[in-house]
Amino acid sequence: MNASDLASSYDLVVIGGGPAGLAAAALAARAGLTTVLFDENPGVGGQIYRAITFSPVKDRTILGEDYWVGAELAAEAKASGALIVNGAMVWSLDPTRMVGVSIAGQARLIEAKRVIIATGSLERPFPIPGWTLPGVMSAGGAQTALKAQGLVPSGRTVLAGGGPLLWLLAAQILRAGGKLDAILDTTPRGNWLRALAHLPDFVLSPYFSKGLKLLREVRAKVRVIRIDRLEAVGDDKLREVVFGAAGGERRMPADLLLLHQGVVPNVNLALAAGVAHAWNERQLCFEPVLDEDFNSSVAGIAVAGDGAGIAGGTAAAERGRIVAIAAVRALKPEASASVPDVQIVRQKLQRESMGRAFLDWLNRPADAFRKPEGDTIVCRCEEVTAKQVRDTADLGCEGPNQMKAFLRCGMGPCQGRLCGLTVTELIAAQRGTTPAEVGYYRLRPPVKPITLSELASLPIAEAERKAVER
Amino acid sequence: MRTADVVVIGGGIHGCSTALHLALRGLKPILIEKDYAGRHASGVNAGGVRQLARDLAEIPLSISSMVLWERIEDLVGDDCGFESHGTVLVAENEAELASFRVRVEDLRLRGFTHEELIDRAELKRLVPAVADHCPGGVVSRRDGAADPFRTTQAFRKRAIEKGAEVLEGVTVTGVSKVGTNWRVETSAGPVEAPKIVNAAGAWADRIAAMLGEPVPLTVVAPMLMVTSRVAPFIQPVVILRGRKLSFKQLGNGAVVIGGGHLATPYRDRNETVIDWAKLAISARTVWELFPAMRAATIVRAWAGIEAFMPDGIPVVGPSSTSEGVYHQFGFSTHGFQLGPGTGAMMAELVATGSTNTPIDGLEIDRFLKPEAPPVVAQARKVHGDGADGGILAQQRDFPSVDE
Repeated sequence: MNASDLASSYDLVVIGGGPAGLAAAALAARAGLTTVLFDENPGVGGQIYRAITFSPVKDRTILGEDYWVGAELAAEAKASGALIVNGAMVWSLDPTRMVGVSIAGQARLIEAKRVIIATGSLERPFPIPGWTLPGVMSAGGAQTALKAQGLVPSGRTVLAGGGPLLWLLAAQILRAGGKLDAILDTTPRGNWLRALAHLPDFVLSPYFSKGLKLLREVRAKVRVIRIDRLEAVGDDKLREVVFGAAGGERRMPADLLLLHQGVVPNVNLALAAGVAHAWNERQLCFEPVLDEDFNSSVAGIAVAGDGAGIAGGTAAAERGRIVAIAAVRALKPEASASVPDVQIVRQKLQRESMGRAFLDWLNRPADAFRKPEGDTIVCRCEEVTAKQVRDTADLGCEGPNQMKAFLRCGMGPCQGRLCGLTVTELIAAQRGTTPAEVGYYRLRPPVKPITLSELASLPIAEAERKAVER
Repeated sequence: MRTADVVVIGGGIHGCSTALHLALRGLKPILIEKDYAGRHASGVNAGGVRQLARDLAEIPLSISSMVLWERIEDLVGDDCGFESHGTVLVAENEAELASFRVRVEDLRLRGFTHEELIDRAELKRLVPAVADHCPGGVVSRRDGAADPFRTTQAFRKRAIEKGAEVLEGVTVTGVSKVGTNWRVETSAGPVEAPKIVNAAGAWADRIAAMLGEPVPLTVVAPMLMVTSRVAPFIQPVVILRGRKLSFKQLGNGAVVIGGGHLATPYRDRNETVIDWAKLAISARTVWELFPAMRAATIVRAWAGIEAFMPDGIPVVGPSSTSEGVYHQFGFSTHGFQLGPGTGAMMAELVATGSTNTPIDGLEIDRFLKPEAPPVVAQARKVHGDGADGGILAQQRDFPSVDE
């Protein structure tokens, strides 16, 4: 598949090939919408079902049955007639639904009647002292290596943080024959108070039995220490992990420290497209403002999956179906009868969402791990420290966009993915206001970096035609 | 109710500079800014500090500004990231070079010597990375570039230190005459002063309309993009005439590419929509002119919201209808360098009623006269602060006004 093989417009462009994107593309294409799904990875599946079509991990018990559910989604999408393009990087989406995409170094601008953003989630920044040292990486990165290459960590490995995915990864590493020296649990005990009100709902949800099983499985094999402070120490690379636990400060030699404290919506593409967002205080992140069909504030652009607010992989697929049903109804009303009853899908989504409130409150990361102090790096691309951000806020800088201008934080290649929430929360803390009030970075396209050559490769005729039309 | 000697509307570099210079003269200005200082064109332009290739009517303001730029730290207590490595207008062929020769000679006859014709060898010395087909160009050696947001903030800060009051996040909703004073209605209550300076940039036509003085202002959004850091290879700002391009390497190695291709502005929402098809044209130009840049990564593209006048030069001077009102807007994508000097001139004009800096040709009533100036005057200035090289040549491409 080359960029030049793409049509210049489609009924539906789906961005992201995780559960939401796969389910949406399958449903829409079956109903007769011309549908293209762009996914930047070598194979579909997103993060949760990463490498589902080619994973070398053949023993199904290692990644778990919940992982292999993804194979069915991928097969459905493939059979649906949707054009699924892997290795396709979407670098721009604007409010006119012009999609900038690059395939094998060649760029195209594609028009879409509807766009579904299904770019999922990313890991919440975990800015501790030393987190930029070689040997410190995100748990998500380790999971990717396991799913896609069958790699498990070697050497002395410490897993730190909290949230369901932390425990899942621990179990997957152990099943795959890996070894973990310790799990440092950063979940504050106080979270139980707020979570308790949602316990009944959680107990009735599928998360409950699965979660308990997972915890038991991991705890049987690995030492779990509850901590309230964490530091990665080393010279040219990680040498040891220093943490505060019951009984004071402790040190543990380590070669690899895997960090994870939950996932947050990947809002970059939606923000760049001008979609309105709001702060979610329970999940401590920004998420798009959406209606019941997951339509955003920008006409024709919807957001499905965890990008619409964290709810997990099975909920993501149901959300994808709801969005696709809305697209079919809007673009091809005569096919509406052939799509599933949206009320039934909504009920399924409701069931899949049960227990989320409990998990969210229970796993809400502590201030100490979200709002760093002193010389801890906040923006890795531009090497901006917590103290710099706090001091600049004290000087009167009211928002992250002014902060960009003063400190360049968020202006590097990661486009704020690794520092955005931290900067917002630090400014809010320093100025005695709320993240909702402070807001987030204005996102400038390209949402993913493209080379000058790639941009120059935009077909000239097309570029000129559009320059005249617009 | 707030009262002041002067209400300055607009917190771009022009409003902040005028407020500072008014305060330096012992007057009490109140500056009203609907967002925050430097939010739009003044904070996000390419930062070019350029005397080169300016319209004759602007040259006196540009020269007086340059003097202030060269002692910017004394003026505002911050060096504003100003560095002077010159601006080079590159000729891509002999015909262009010949037209540059005519221009430079014309300036010389008028007594201006800041533009200097250069041959192929000098061009290669100044810009070694430029492609070999270019036969020469024009250099303005004192030109340079600064950090636009930092500069605007420095003017704002120093204005406050010198006694100006700055109201940010405050919108002007109406203007009326009360006795000898102007009463400016704002979202934070009324402000009264005998004088008003309209420095509201892309929104200045609305202020002028409130004063019964409509002007044909076009809202434009020249696009810029910045690359990842590459090894230092170019010092001056480089601009072209035949094709829209401005090109500048920042101190950190990143390269800012502009040229005046326009995004679609939505001034009521403070938004712009990037037009990648047009940025691709810039990318191709760079690809040809600077082969070393081909593998560079484009990190970000953006556009500031600016005011463009039909003749491509600003409106500077007293109102033609309302006594005590002064205009300072419509810099048509090349106002950043003019900020310091125009603010100083405006403060002089407001405080004393006259100025020694010639501003002939910039009057607002040039649009009211029956023989209004031609839409695109030949031999007018061609290049802006970096975002806008060659913009006039493409004026027909302008999107319509956003309402």
